[in-house]
Amino acid sequence: MSLNDLLVNLNLIMPITILTAWACVLLLVDLFIPKERKGITALLAALGLLVALALVISRAGVATSAFNGMIMIDGFATFMSVIFLFSGLAGIAVAYDYLIRSGIERGEYYVLLLFSIVGMMLMAAAADLIMVFLALELLSIPLYVLAGIAVPRPDSEEAALKYFLLGAFASGFFLYGTALVYGATGSTALTEIVSATTSGGVNLSFLVIGAGLILVGLGFKVAVVPFHMWTPDVYQGAPSSVTAFMAVGAKAAGFAALLRIFVLAFPPLAMDLTPVLWALAAFTMIIGNVIAIAQRNIKRMLAYSSIAHAGYIMMALVPYGQGNVAADTVASALFYLLAYMLTSFAAWAVVIALEHNMGEGRDTDGLSLEDYSGLGQKQPALAAAMTVAMLSFIGIPPTLGFVGKFYLLRTVIEGGFPGLALIGLLTSLVSAYYYLRVVVYMYMRDGEPVVRREPWLYFTALATAVGVVVLSIFSEPLFNWASQAVLKLI
Amino acid sequence: MLLEYLPIAVLLILALLLAGIVIALGHMFGPRHPTERKSMPYESGMRPIGPGTRRMPVHFYLVAVLFILFDIEVMFFLPWAVIYKKLGVFGLVEMLIFIAILGVGYVYVWKMGALEWE
Amino acid sequence: MIPDMILFILLAIVAVTSALGMLLSRSAVYSALNLVLNFGTVAVLYLLLGAPFIALAQITVYAGAIMVLFLFVIMLLGVEQLRKGSALPWQQTLAIISGLLLLALTAYVIFIRPMTLPQVSPTQLGFGTPGAIGEILFNKYLLPFEVTSVLLLVAMIGAIVLTGKREPKTKT
Repeated sequence: MSLNDLLVNLNLIMPITILTAWACVLLLVDLFIPKERKGITALLAALGLLVALALVISRAGVATSAFNGMIMIDGFATFMSVIFLFSGLAGIAVAYDYLIRSGIERGEYYVLLLFSIVGMMLMAAAADLIMVFLALELLSIPLYVLAGIAVPRPDSEEAALKYFLLGAFASGFFLYGTALVYGATGSTALTEIVSATTSGGVNLSFLVIGAGLILVGLGFKVAVVPFHMWTPDVYQGAPSSVTAFMAVGAKAAGFAALLRIFVLAFPPLAMDLTPVLWALAAFTMIIGNVIAIAQRNIKRMLAYSSIAHAGYIMMALVPYGQGNVAADTVASALFYLLAYMLTSFAAWAVVIALEHNMGEGRDTDGLSLEDYSGLGQKQPALAAAMTVAMLSFIGIPPTLGFVGKFYLLRTVIEGGFPGLALIGLLTSLVSAYYYLRVVVYMYMRDGEPVVRREPWLYFTALATAVGVVVLSIFSEPLFNWASQAVLKLI
Repeated sequence: MLLEYLPIAVLLILALLLAGIVIALGHMFGPRHPTERKSMPYESGMRPIGPGTRRMPVHFYLVAVLFILFDIEVMFFLPWAVIYKKLGVFGLVEMLIFIAILGVGYVYVWKMGALEWE
Repeated sequence: MIPDMILFILLAIVAVTSALGMLLSRSAVYSALNLVLNFGTVAVLYLLLGAPFIALAQITVYAGAIMVLFLFVIMLLGVEQLRKGSALPWQQTLAIISGLLLLALTAYVIFIRPMTLPQVSPTQLGFGTPGAIGEILFNKYLLPFEVTSVLLLVAMIGAIVLTGKREPKTKT
């Protein structure tokens, strides 16, 4: 490579380059912003995300590889980047007032958020296992820190420690997997893994073990059973605004890597891996949904709900090895991630609006189901947003969650796994119980919920809820857009 | 191939032997009359109180973490320095980007007062 | 080749013993010292494999910097001795069983298929020298190299944030 190549390649990944540089500058600028005016940092961070979003969208349709095949810029990366950037914006919107009232506001919050999004965007575009690993770390480490940003609050510290230890453990699995794949094929680049596998002369045993370990590593990130143990504690202990961002961003990024690696590089292993994926998806849906029933704390309930949703998305991955279904696998998973993002932020924004510190004349922290009693009368707008989110989580029309689940189930049935589709359907029915319970509390119980009147929270809750409903009407073009994001080797 | 490192191995073995011999000689010929007072931990003549290990301020830890990070940075300089002539301006620019990003961290750490000892 | 083999076996024994010593020792400081020995042995193993740069990195970063950090942490906590018995007694049994299961599964996967190794071009002499690493790091792996610096920057921010430094110094 030469200097010119470097500039050309940096230009190819311009949104990522800009966002990284912006985050670095913001870190320095923030040092000179006085403590009472950290809103400026939040605004600047959001501005950076908007610029990156504009760049990503203006470059949609470009399909090329960059940095000697380390990165693939394609429809898939574009679609995922849009999801990440939107969740970044929503993440800032739900955090701004919440951080001030919790007394944990600091400029680094927004900087770390930006760096995490850089990692996620790299993850969606990475075409080399080494790059995937670095992206995984770059998206995770800021999240570990963000989970613990409320130090010295013990639950936040506990969340950070648990998340970090298990995350580091998962990274270890991912690295072992990468090493075995390298040993089996002689390369870490996805294209070369494919060419080595098709030309024979690879050690399939090592490749299978490597793929399995990679699956474990990424399975931790997206929280599929049995790698979900950390999720409830971390989601509950981390500051709610962090959890909201983490529940969407980290999961979407983990699935981005899973989809790209498996659909591109591991179809020859489908015989061995399909049963494993099947079992993972089935257990995740069942255990996530069943344990969620027992939760009275809304953050814990949403944590188990996020586990269950990882199971639904995992379902699409099961037929990844069948050439004619693989495109639908990617498209339906991407579509569902989009639906999940909007729905999740609607729910979390409401949760954050109701959360308050203990001891402000109240003996609850606003996080238990009882605290939602009477929300329907007192705050009809927020209650409506929460209802939409709950319906979308269950998969009831007219919401994006319904359309998303429809496409997922269609993919699974196309792939020839009606049993799994049935499990998905039945567990959705089970989930209706605990999601609707929230709605029942909001509308059918009397109570005096304490609600924060914070404009950005309201805006996020309502905008995402409206998005969930409106986009479900225009789901056809949206799904077509997702279908264009097929994974191809470049 | 490994023979290149023989001098290091010899040095290592010599150091171990020398240290071992000195300690052994001390043990063999040194007079030892232990009393209870003599085998007590030395604390400036005071009677020792409490356990030997104390909790240390978190600042030590912060310094150690920063040390590791800059240590890793330096590790990357080594391969660059070996071939910097071959890489030319391109390599210089690459390294400058690398240093600039870490320089941001350095300024941040400095401004936050992590390098000061209160 | 024969002396290499003997050296390897000797080093492997030391490495495994020190690793076990690290795990089984109930005193944190002994564990740390065992770990230093382990790092050192592994560094020599890297040399044996013809990777001097990695060996060097192992010594400077792991045996040097990371061990210092570990010792600080041990002193920071002030709990030098582990209590007898563990908090979750069934955990150990479960860990052993699942570890063995993983091992058995791996062995099964390896032995159901014919053992073939991929066709890779034989490595040239000196492929692991700092110069050779530089060649590949600054050309093919340019982006990972730059991303590493971002990663280090994030770690710095994390260290500051988590140790509870709140705001920048006003005096210069």
